Amino acid sequence: MNTTPETLTLSALGQQLRSGGLSCRRLIENQLDKVHRSNASINAIVSIDSDRALAQADHWDRQIASGQSVPALAGIPISVKDNLCSKTGVTSCGSRMLRDFRSPYDAHVVERLQDSGAILFGKTNLDEFAMGGSTETSIFGPSHNPWDLRRTCGGSSGGSAAAVAAGLVPASLGTDTGGSIRQPAAFCGVCGLKPTYGRVSRWGLISYASSLDTAGIFAQSVEDIAIVLQSIAGHDPRDSTSLPHDVPNYLDAISRANPIQGARIGVIRDQIESPGLDPHVRRSLLDAIETYRKLGAKILDVAMPHSKYCIATYYIIAPCEASSNLARYDGVHYGFRSTAKTASTLDRMIEQTRSEGFGPEVQRRILLGTYALSAGYYDAYYVQALRVRRLIRQDYDEAFANVDVLLGPTTPQPAFRLGEKIADPIQLYLQDLFTVGANLAGIPALSIPIAPGPEGLPIGMQLQAPVLAEAKLLSIAAGYHRAIEYQPKLPAAFEDPTS
Amino acid sequence: MNDTATDFQASDYRVVIGLEVHVQLKTQTKLFCRCSIRFGQPPNSQVCPVCLGLPGALPVLNAHAIELACRAGAALNCELADLTKWDRKNYFYPDLPKGYQTSQYDLPICSGGYVDIPIAPSVHPTGSQNVYKRIRLVRAHLEEDAGKSMHDEHSGRADSKIDLNRAGTPLLEIVSEPDLSCAEEAKTYLSELRLLMVYLGVSDGNMQEGSLRADANVNLHFVRDGKTVATPIVEVKNLNSFRSVERAIDFEVARQSSEFLRTGLAIGQAPKQTRGWNDALGQTELQRQKEEEADYRYFPCPDLVPIRLTSLQKQTASEQSAATPTHYRDRLIHEHQLKSNDAEILIQQGKPVVEYFLHCIQAGADAKRVSVWMLQDVLRTLNDRSIGIELYPVSPSRMAQLLAAIEQGRVDTSQAKQALAKLIDGPSLSVDAAIESLGIVRVDASEIELLCKELLAENADVIDKVRAGNTKAVAALVGQAKKKNRNADPRLVQETCLKLIEQMQ
Repeated sequence: MNTTPETLTLSALGQQLRSGGLSCRRLIENQLDKVHRSNASINAIVSIDSDRALAQADHWDRQIASGQSVPALAGIPISVKDNLCSKTGVTSCGSRMLRDFRSPYDAHVVERLQDSGAILFGKTNLDEFAMGGSTETSIFGPSHNPWDLRRTCGGSSGGSAAAVAAGLVPASLGTDTGGSIRQPAAFCGVCGLKPTYGRVSRWGLISYASSLDTAGIFAQSVEDIAIVLQSIAGHDPRDSTSLPHDVPNYLDAISRANPIQGARIGVIRDQIESPGLDPHVRRSLLDAIETYRKLGAKILDVAMPHSKYCIATYYIIAPCEASSNLARYDGVHYGFRSTAKTASTLDRMIEQTRSEGFGPEVQRRILLGTYALSAGYYDAYYVQALRVRRLIRQDYDEAFANVDVLLGPTTPQPAFRLGEKIADPIQLYLQDLFTVGANLAGIPALSIPIAPGPEGLPIGMQLQAPVLAEAKLLSIAAGYHRAIEYQPKLPAAFEDPTS
Repeated sequence: MNDTATDFQASDYRVVIGLEVHVQLKTQTKLFCRCSIRFGQPPNSQVCPVCLGLPGALPVLNAHAIELACRAGAALNCELADLTKWDRKNYFYPDLPKGYQTSQYDLPICSGGYVDIPIAPSVHPTGSQNVYKRIRLVRAHLEEDAGKSMHDEHSGRADSKIDLNRAGTPLLEIVSEPDLSCAEEAKTYLSELRLLMVYLGVSDGNMQEGSLRADANVNLHFVRDGKTVATPIVEVKNLNSFRSVERAIDFEVARQSSEFLRTGLAIGQAPKQTRGWNDALGQTELQRQKEEEADYRYFPCPDLVPIRLTSLQKQTASEQSAATPTHYRDRLIHEHQLKSNDAEILIQQGKPVVEYFLHCIQAGADAKRVSVWMLQDVLRTLNDRSIGIELYPVSPSRMAQLLAAIEQGRVDTSQAKQALAKLIDGPSLSVDAAIESLGIVRVDASEIELLCKELLAENADVIDKVRAGNTKAVAALVGQAKKKNRNADPRLVQETCLKLIEQMQ
């Protein structure tokens, strides 16, 4: 089975499986071969239960053969970021703390995927507890960008992005707290959606910053994103922040003709003109804007006066919540416990466990948050950050009064080299410049690949839409890809050897 | 030594006490998950990812806890919040699986309020009427309980185990102003609070199972010649019974008094102490001594949404909070003329006993007579059989019929007690059948009259005595009447005889 556009996308694979042109077992065996061949070079998947995947494939083959109707994702292999709980295998969060942790329950999104027939195809690498932008803080070591192995695949959902980009899976789930889906999607040349906060349940998503964490999707096409979103979106009574609103039919929405004709697209001028923006990224974006104009969109300039405070606000709120969310990892009930001789008293045991179990970036954020929540600092940091967060939300509200979507870069530049920024946390934090706003405002945001830069490195364009406007967001993105006749493809090194 | 102390003598202080009481709410399930809160189950058998604090688990509020907290707040005369929210109280402790307790910090569900506690007549000897003292409240808020650490001393090295069955149980923490002025008052306050919560169905009030736990803030105000010095406030934890509240406070008062007279250290001059009550040794023991308050880094829980209480919720709460012990006390004392001591005994038995009493009256019984019978016979049976009034075999209507038989003179008290025993053993037996089974048949008035005429004819001296003004002399005829007809009602015999003597004149 050769990888072609017909086998790269989930929608095409689904058609082949249902028509009997391809068996689920054949597909899974093929993908397992790819994992064996390619995963070592990119370190995208950290654990996989091959036997279970094959058994599920056989199950769906029987269902299809018997002529029964099968659910939308029947037989499709989908990998899941390793901070999403699964009863199958380990759920490690890329941390020594949970390296051997087996969850007794499935995350809501894992349940939904499996209910839709998807085959859980491996857990993917991530920055430890999803804290980072390069997948370099993982206990399993860094993941590599399939387009250039010396470069980062981004993070924190780097493993998921790399797995899709290398063709190991047609889709993967990630989580996005400040850009952790969109930035790796941009770096790896795939589509990545962070849905509206509350659209997808957080039950079983291991909390980093609860008010920002959002489970989302990587795939090769906007259409595939829509298909997976259809299965994971919707109300879940187990998550108090889950939204009760009905889920629209996303595929119908994006199949509509001329979604762009008359659409009002807001361009965040400050972002396009940002001095830190790579010139190739700027040029690609200007081309994309021009395409939209030609397709009949109305292009409007939008000012986001408080966007310059996004990073500061994010790096107060997220660590504050993290400092509390990660307090449960104390070595008492489960997970790693220090065996050091110095851990003789209870307090020392907890201290030693957390010192050894967490890596430096996680410790840094826990300390930042602990400090910011302390008596005497709380008002100046946390309360102030909440105020600014409201202002940022207001910026978005005002912008969306006039435009349907906002357009800008996903990242300031294409994928950087591994090791380049890991020693400089501030440089790494600035990677989130364009993405954290959507998390602070709780709105949906999507990164899609646009024309690649001169080194062949992918470039991502970010589209943002109002709360619960995923259908609009996806249709405007899909319209653009249709117009430029976008075809997903694999990096040369990951194409199938010709038989 | 500080010379402040020399200005005062050991008798110069008054005691200042505030109580923080944790009331376990009578919900079916925990505050943020659907695990049962049943007491006494095998360790860690009532747990789930949420109350275990597993990665990725999220809390979902139990709406019943809000309802019960509102009801309690309404009964405590609190202001119910329009908007209330959840905050995380962060600290590390092995029995706290998430590393924080979900509680309420700056927007508690109930604010202000008060409890009127009955003061014993010995303290206020103003008569039989109840006297109340008003204890003001600061607030009442909801929070989740922690688990329980158990230390196994038997294994070679001291081994600790943790039972998380209790983790996540809903608690209402009721914080009083420092309005209590002695150990006995603190005990009465706790007891009244317990009674209130039990009457309203907010808590089962089971002290042995830890459904009510108190911490006391105690200090002394030394006053002499218009000068007042307060001693450092000490928080005494772990007071799980009325007795321990009383003993711990008495101990603290004595300890603080001698400490102050020895050192002269006033509030602010010594670190705040937290002391634990050791019931076995009968003393408080230093647990923590800190210059500053612990920093719990409270912040709003991002996993839960704030709650808006609707006016309907508040109205329902106020309707459901009407049946307080005080309400019943007033009815028993003022409407039914019970002595306050008798009323209090019934009140302390709980609402079902009081309801039983009221049902008897509704069925036509005389209030005084019911109270006598309940205080003597009914409560003894409940006690002997260790049952609640719900299982008492004699319904209020049968009880009322029995008491009416006494009233009518069909039976005397001792016969009625025998009949009651029959009724207790025969739940389907009618009162008439019970009385008849004792061989007592109704003797009609004409028969009694004949009997009395006979008696008077045989006892002319009695007639003389009565005429001389000694009406009680007819009592001497009762025994003879009984010999002639054992079913003759003594009271009726006496009445009839007096009537006949009168008619003779």
